[in-house]
Amino acid sequence: MRRSVLCVGLTAIAALCASGIAASAAWEPVRPVEFIVPAGTGGGADQMARTIQGIVTKHNLMKQPMVVINKSGGAGGEGFLDLKTSPGNPHKIIITLSNLFTTPLATGIPFSWKDLTPVAMLALDEFVLWVNAEKPYNNVKDYVDAVKKAPAGSIKMGGTGSKQEDQIITVAIEKAVGTKFTYIPYKGGGEVAVQLVGNHIDSSVNNPIEAVAQWRGGKLRPLCVFDSKPMAYDEQVVNGKGWKDIPTCKSQGLDMEYLMLRGVFMSPKATKDQVEYYIDLFKKVRATPEWQDFMKSGAFNTTFLTGDDYAKWVEVEQKRHEVLMKEAGFLATGN
Amino acid sequence: MATNSSHNAGPTHKAVEAGIAVLIALFGALVIIGSLKAGITWGAEGPRAGFVPFYIGIFIVAASAVNLWNGLRDENDGLFAEWGQLRRVMSVVVPTAIYVGSMPFIGLYVASIIFIGWFMRWLGKYSWLTVIAVAFGMPIVTYFIFERWFLVPLPKGPIEEWLGL
Amino acid sequence: MEEIANLFQGFSVALQPFNIMVMFVGIMLGVIIGVLPGLGGANGVAILLPLTFSMPPTSAIIMLSCIYWGALFGGAITSILFNIPGEPWSVATTFDGYPMAQQGKAGEALAAAFTSSFVGALFAVIMITLVAPLVASFALQFGPAEKFAVYFLAFCSFVGLSKEPPFKTIAAMMIGFALAAVGLDSITGQLRLTFGFTELLNGFDFLIAVIGLFGIGEILLTMEEGLSFRGGNAKINLRVVLQTWKRLPGYWVTSLRSCIIGCWMGITPAGATPASFMSYGIAKRVSKNGNNFGKGEIEGVIAPETAAHAAGTAALLPMLSLGVPGSPTAAVLLGGLLIWGLQPGPMLFTEQKEFVWGLIASMYLGNLVGLLVVLTCVPIFAAILRVPFSIIAPLILVLCAIGAYSVHSSTFDVMLMLVFGVVGYLLKKCNYPLAPLVLAIVLGDKAEEAFRQSLLGSQGSLGVFFSNTLVSTIMILGLIALFWSAIQKGYTRLRTAAA
Repeated sequence: MRRSVLCVGLTAIAALCASGIAASAAWEPVRPVEFIVPAGTGGGADQMARTIQGIVTKHNLMKQPMVVINKSGGAGGEGFLDLKTSPGNPHKIIITLSNLFTTPLATGIPFSWKDLTPVAMLALDEFVLWVNAEKPYNNVKDYVDAVKKAPAGSIKMGGTGSKQEDQIITVAIEKAVGTKFTYIPYKGGGEVAVQLVGNHIDSSVNNPIEAVAQWRGGKLRPLCVFDSKPMAYDEQVVNGKGWKDIPTCKSQGLDMEYLMLRGVFMSPKATKDQVEYYIDLFKKVRATPEWQDFMKSGAFNTTFLTGDDYAKWVEVEQKRHEVLMKEAGFLATGN
Repeated sequence: MATNSSHNAGPTHKAVEAGIAVLIALFGALVIIGSLKAGITWGAEGPRAGFVPFYIGIFIVAASAVNLWNGLRDENDGLFAEWGQLRRVMSVVVPTAIYVGSMPFIGLYVASIIFIGWFMRWLGKYSWLTVIAVAFGMPIVTYFIFERWFLVPLPKGPIEEWLGL
Repeated sequence: MEEIANLFQGFSVALQPFNIMVMFVGIMLGVIIGVLPGLGGANGVAILLPLTFSMPPTSAIIMLSCIYWGALFGGAITSILFNIPGEPWSVATTFDGYPMAQQGKAGEALAAAFTSSFVGALFAVIMITLVAPLVASFALQFGPAEKFAVYFLAFCSFVGLSKEPPFKTIAAMMIGFALAAVGLDSITGQLRLTFGFTELLNGFDFLIAVIGLFGIGEILLTMEEGLSFRGGNAKINLRVVLQTWKRLPGYWVTSLRSCIIGCWMGITPAGATPASFMSYGIAKRVSKNGNNFGKGEIEGVIAPETAAHAAGTAALLPMLSLGVPGSPTAAVLLGGLLIWGLQPGPMLFTEQKEFVWGLIASMYLGNLVGLLVVLTCVPIFAAILRVPFSIIAPLILVLCAIGAYSVHSSTFDVMLMLVFGVVGYLLKKCNYPLAPLVLAIVLGDKAEEAFRQSLLGSQGSLGVFFSNTLVSTIMILGLIALFWSAIQKGYTRLRTAAA
């Protein structure tokens, strides 16, 4: 009897020691983790960060709290510079959107993604070409014909921000169609969708989540998605149609693909252990039903990349943005 | 002005007024320079970044010129403030400047304790007990409300690092 | 009527004990958030959003919207007591609220502010209940040109009434516009006026400017006059609330006008800030006590508070029915809806009846609860003014520093705040009005953005501001407001000439 108690006790101690060793080997946050959002409250990146924060809190995935902080100044430059200037601080991570590439190029802020440590790509956000449902454009061809017929500059394209992803896509469409739009930048995607409903603009390239409500309300019509294949979600959204039924723009003769990065980076000079910890954390987040619901509601492309694959992907995108931005004449003119 | 007795001497209103008008005009000039750099013309995408600020800068300079003229013409020979009054104002500005300037290095909490303590002891002449109670109490309450409750991290220095907060 | 039946069902949801508890908690948190500068409503809701994930969506949105009400109520407290508006829409409340507090009438000012807020919100909720779908389609008519016209009207109805020399008003306002322009230009995506300083990327935030100009500036002025806060003799019992209530019905015209202005601004969605300024400006012009405004006139507290709350409440309507937030806080709430799997937009009212009407019912109840909570606290708030200056001043300065810091988590902003404080002291002593400066900081970049968006759409033609009835009407109203005093003079001259 006594022996067995002793045994159990010893095993318990051994187990404790083992777990103690395991814990000391793997890095863990010792202070609250700041999750920086280089965009304003209520936007797509902000929503994703706060969803992650909620999931982490609800499922107790981290011993320390996760704090979401918006640093949206200078098209997100504020957030990126904040990370760049705190090397070796493992308690700071940042969620990025395409402004990781566009902001330094367009504003000349001294920053490049190479200043940060890549952690993981969480998802890719799709872009869809939308028009007002009252307009007679039922497919890309109708739309392109109408755009070609109209005098250059009289068709108004609305989008989020200036010299960012929406305008890059607009310029690409201009090139493909051979005409000129008037691009009108707004503060947020929701506003763009409503302006399109109110007929103040003629088309938009909103993300699915920004315009889905208006689609379901019968106010907007999606024409095509700027991806290589149709979106994976086949649930019906409205009138028997789902995200899967939206054709790719390429198949409709508009040769442009664009996906926006929703990825996570951390401070410069992070150790391997620290990166591993966050990769593991985001793997756990991705496994939760809340995350899957969120992916579905925004019709995200759920590609998950880490390590070298991720870095390579970012590198390719960086090059591509440099080319796209240069062609569009969006590079900063030394100010 | 200078003819007044010494205890209520001080800078004249006219001088300060003129100085401020000039400073504002300089600010306006700065805005104009910045706008010129950003481009004030009508580009391919409509008005360029400096278009609106440029005219704002012009307005600032023009309005300040009028204010300067009016200020100099003004018959009012009154004082802006007495030196004693200004000294009292500076007795807040200088410590606050030190407080604010030291914050990035020693953190908000330690700076606040010193600042509140100094203010209450020096200007309020409270007993040390009261001073210590308030000077420590307020930052501690702040810590719990901001950092613990609302999860807003405030600047911290080496002492907080050492305490592991 | 179907709406009424729905509403009663909503009440039965909102009146569940758990939801009532949630309401109280939300209001309390909201008031704290509103009182602490730097923790704005948007901030507070965003911070607490993840905590509500484990609640049912209806309870969660009730809690968050109650935080929103609480923050709206709380914003008035520091404006009145210390001249520090924690939110842009409480700036106009300081104009008469703070002088009232200095005259020992802090209790009256607070009671009037809270009650007016309640009235404004109630009016807006009733409007939401009855005419929601109609109102939503009105909001759709607002493109960039219409939005610019609204900002134009807000400026015009406010400017032109300051007693300070006109060129000083112009200078002050233009400084505000210039400060608002610093940072990223949202139309071209280009940096401007930053002169290579990365600290200036964010531009000048309203809150930092206002904490400095108003809050710190006021402390410096107080220091100049000696070491005391005026207003320590404020009555600190609950009877002051009843006495104030007796006076309020006399101002029903102002209240009603402010409610309408507020609802309109909330829906468009220009927001609560232009609503409060516009309402204050118009009240000053048409009130028979107009000359008393700025010196501690109770009507000058009623007008902005009513309008701000009506706008803040009405701003939730475009959020629910269009998915477009009317205020930063609404933007965060919107994010919350999406996270809970609720799709704001035209279908929400038909698909999620229980949720929508539960929320609307909670607006009625949440406001009532909020009013009760803050009114019972009026004596406590008023008693703060009795704390000796040399204790309260450093505490205010520390709180201001925290507020300035938490805007962008940047110590540079705290230094900026102090600079604004000294500038505010000097400008005030030299008779430069600070209110137009602040108004320009708050609305300047939005107005410029709308202006340039309009010009982009019209390809450079200014005619866009008179291209349809709606936009022309607002522009003409603005021009009338701008030249009101001249028109009034002309009118009296005509009448004397005729007589």
